[in-house]
Parts: sequence; structure tokens; C-alpha cells
Amino acid sequence: MRTSDSLRKTYGETLVELGKENKAIVMLEADLGNSTMSALFGAAYPERYFQMGIAEQNMASVAAGLSLAGKVPFINSFAVFATGRAYDQIRSSVAIANLNVKICGSSAGLSDFGDGKTHQSIDDIALMQVLPNMTVLSPCDAVETEKMTKAMVESKGPVYLRINRNDLPVVTDPNAEYHIGKMTEMVKGKDVVVFATGIMVQQSMEAAKILEKEGISLRVVNVSTIKPLDVKALEGYCEGVKGVVTAEEHSIFGGLGSAVCAVLSKKRLPIEVLGVNDSFGTSAENYSILLKHYGLESEDVAKKVRSVLAAN
Amino acid sequence: MKYSQEQVTELKRKAIQVRANILEMIPPGKVGHLGGSSSIADVMAALYFHTMTVNPSDPKDPKRDRLIMSKGHAVLVQYACLVELGYFGREELAKVKTFKGMLQGHPDMDKTPGIEAVTGSLGQGLSIALGLALGFRLDKLPNRVYAILGDGELAEGQIWEAIMAAHGFKANNLTAIVDFNGIQATSTTKEIFPIENLAQKWGSFGWNVIEIDGHDMVQVLDALEAAKAFTEGPSVILAHTVKGKCFPFAEGKAKYHNAAMTEEEYKIAWSCIENMKREVEA
Repeated sequence: MRTSDSLRKTYGETLVELGKENKAIVMLEADLGNSTMSALFGAAYPERYFQMGIAEQNMASVAAGLSLAGKVPFINSFAVFATGRAYDQIRSSVAIANLNVKICGSSAGLSDFGDGKTHQSIDDIALMQVLPNMTVLSPCDAVETEKMTKAMVESKGPVYLRINRNDLPVVTDPNAEYHIGKMTEMVKGKDVVVFATGIMVQQSMEAAKILEKEGISLRVVNVSTIKPLDVKALEGYCEGVKGVVTAEEHSIFGGLGSAVCAVLSKKRLPIEVLGVNDSFGTSAENYSILLKHYGLESEDVAKKVRSVLAAN
Repeated sequence: MKYSQEQVTELKRKAIQVRANILEMIPPGKVGHLGGSSSIADVMAALYFHTMTVNPSDPKDPKRDRLIMSKGHAVLVQYACLVELGYFGREELAKVKTFKGMLQGHPDMDKTPGIEAVTGSLGQGLSIALGLALGFRLDKLPNRVYAILGDGELAEGQIWEAIMAAHGFKANNLTAIVDFNGIQATSTTKEIFPIENLAQKWGSFGWNVIEIDGHDMVQVLDALEAAKAFTEGPSVILAHTVKGKCFPFAEGKAKYHNAAMTEEEYKIAWSCIENMKREVEA
């Protein structure tokens, strides 16, 4: 099992490993291969690596064609460009046709801290989860990224994978089985449940420690498959709690929070949605500054938890 | 020459039948893309009934060539060919664009046997075709891929991304065909978005350019053969055509891009079909 903390490096290495046996896997890249780490695949299997240049729209539809020819194409770019620049190509060429195209949105959320708002994705989950047929995955660490990448190759149909640019501590169990569509309880608790995705899983686990000192028991659930959402499990984790918090490094509109609220709309439970509050990003000298500025730290999760409890 | 005079005559008969099938789908009062379907009808007849490897009894036959209707709104002409080959029954024609029909308003590979992709959002078909071509080449398969583009569609930037990419990859199993009828939904292409010097444009992007009269069956067949024979990269056939070809009331008119015929126009259209049948046998 991988020890690296880098999600993107793990993604690239895993595909190199899978590509050895599975000759149907092909990679398409829009000139960001050294960041998305698709370049690792290119070095290993140059004939199955398609450098598409800075032309994401063409890349998405070419991937559709490769899929129609029986290949398992992965398209790679930063999350903003992979989803936004090629949105209609993904919608029409890929999703309507329900083709076996895998989309890797790298440098997702605010993780490309230096490059600023044009390069930071606060809308990619929204764009992808609104599409019928699309599966939306958001790993919280490298271990989960490896399992997800393998599961993507096994799965049929379009999948969007959202990857953080920065190294993150491993928090998931390397020995645990992984299935697309399953959510995992990371911390047991009974007062409030937080449904978190991506880096907000780690932040929520820290929040649980803060709240424990205050006598508040927080359950933390890692929702790494945002779509299809495991509704049964979601409702199950809400049983007995006094409130619900969702946490994501994404706009509060159209992401995990929206999806969870849609499921829980009939429950009489206070819900707080934590995310980027209807704002684009900005440049910063490091990731931490942005997480603090946009209210995505463990203390921000803790505040939301106190808030839902106060609403009781 | 890979065809006989008798084959040419037979293909002309097919092209007439293709136009007749188009009429059958859009009786008076039913809106349909008559103009852009009939402009490319001769090229489509040549492709489906002569040039392409197709297997109507097994629509998913791995050996088949692929046709991607990038100008998806003109899918009526594709349905007209597919029904003639037996991909589905004639009873489907009357149900085109209805809730219970399998013939959707734009190409839908899930609903219609013989349709190879989802197109209709313009500008995407050439890229899809390129992906297929690259996939076939990777597997060292002889399959060829054809993409039918509208001239108005060439305003889409993605087309030019695909043109550059196909040249870069030297995709010699890919042929693009431009239905160069000069008219789009609301006016002439010249007026809406000038795309002059198409031959020079495609040529300077590295493609093998073949320019023909898209209603001259011999020229169409020769162009398709020449595209096959060219092995250094992709070929484009700029097919000069007339929008609404063979139906005088519709010829060269933007109005019939997507319109319903009147009873009178419909009668005229059928009489045109009968006249063409007589001419071809004469």
C-alpha cells in the first residue's frame, strides 16, 4: 500500500500500474501533465498517451470517440478546465451517450493556491453532479485515491474524480474495502453528524477532537462518492443526532451540501452547509491562508456544529 | 476506377429514394430539417450504399466503418439511409421526433440502431470521429471514420481544435466531409459568419483537401476513393451543395433549414421525386 501523501502522484502511479495489464486504458492530457501527473503514464506507455494540447473541448470529445472504439480514456486537466471549459462536450459527447470516459479534475478546490481565482474550482462538483449518468468522486487522501482510481477503471460509464493538488495526511484505513457509492464513518459520535468530503474530512476529524473537549460528540462521515449519494447510509447516520453539518471545499451551492439537503429536506433536523460562501478564490502564498480565509478550518466546522446544536 | 456505370446509376436511384424517405418523415405541417438533409443526400447515399463497410444485420459489427453526423440536425438523411439498409422498419419513419419513436430529433446512439454517437450540439462530431480513428489505429484496425460537418458549423472553435489535432496525429483513417451549402439557420453563411477560402484554410492546417460538386455522384465517389488512398494524414471533402437540393421551393433558402412544408409544397416535392426517377431511368 502506498505511503505517499500526494493524491495526484498516487493517481498517476496507480494508472501506470493498472496500464501494465489493462491495455485499453489511454490517457489524454491538455499540457498540464506534470501537475496532473498524467505524465507518468506518458513516460511508461507513450503510444497510449495523447497529448491534446491546450484544447480541452476537443480532448473531451476525442475521449468520447476513443471510448466508442473500446478504450478506457482518462482525460486530465485542472478541475476548472476539465469540467468548465469542456462542459458541453462532457454533457453531450460523453454523459448523454453514457460513455466510459473518466475525467480527472486535478488541482481542485483552492488547492492551486498561488494561481488564483481562474484556476481554483469552487463549481466543479456542481457542474458534474447535475449531469445524469455521471459519477462524482472526491477522495480525502492518497490511499482513497488509489482505491478510487482502480474502481474507476472497473466501473462502466462516465466518472469525475476531483483531486487536491497538495499533500494531505492519510486518514483512511489502507486495509478497508472500497466501493464507489459507499460512505465511511471516520469518527464515531452521537450529538451531531458532519458529512464531509475531500480535505474537509481531515478538518472535521480535527473538529471532533476540539468538540470532544467541550463535551460534544461529533460523528464524522467521509462522503467520497458525492454521486450517486448513498441515501440509505446518509439517513442512517442521521438517526439519533440533533443536527447535521456538511463540509466541502467547494461553493455552498450545488455541491455536497446541496445534495445532502435535498435528501434530508423532509427531516426535522437543523442543517448547516459549510463551504465557499458564493465567492471565487484568490492567490495566496500557501494553502493554509486560503483555508482560513474561506472558513474551511477545523474550527469553522466546530462553529457550525455548535450552531446546529444551538438551534435545538 | 472502383465502380461501374451501372453502380453509379444505382447510387443515383438510392439518392432519390433517400430524399423520398426524408419526405416521408416530414409530411405537411411537421417541422423538419429538409434543407440540410437534402443537400448532403448524394454524399450520404455514396457512403452508405457504396464506400463504407456496413452490416445492417449486426449494427455493432466491429468491422464496420463509422459515420458521425456532426451536423446532427440533418439526421433525417441518416435515418433515410439506415431505413433503406434495414436497420429499422419503415414504420419508424412516421414516428420521427415523437415520444414513442426511436428516431430522435438529433442523433441518439442509445435509441437508434446504426447511430454511432450523440451529436447535435454542433462542433463536437469531428473530435468524436478523431477519437474513434485514434482508437482504431491503436488496435491496428482497418476501420475508417467519416464525419459530416455543416459549413455553418465551422464557426465552432472546437472544429478547428480537432482539425489541428487530426493533422498532428496524422489520422489518415479519418475523412471529414463539409456540406458546403452556404446557408445556415437564419441566413447565408457569408452574411452570418464568413468562412471564405475553406480549401486554403483546411489545406494550411495540413489536411488533404478535395473539392467537388457534392451532387455529382461520380465526383463524390472519386473523392471518397481519393480520401481513402491518401495515407499521409486526414482528408477533407469540401462538397459544394445546394441547400434543399431537388426541391425547387426550398433550394437555396434558409427558411427550409427547419420548417414544415405546406400541402402544396409537399405535392411538388413528390412530383420532383417522380421526375428524378424518370430521368435516371431515361
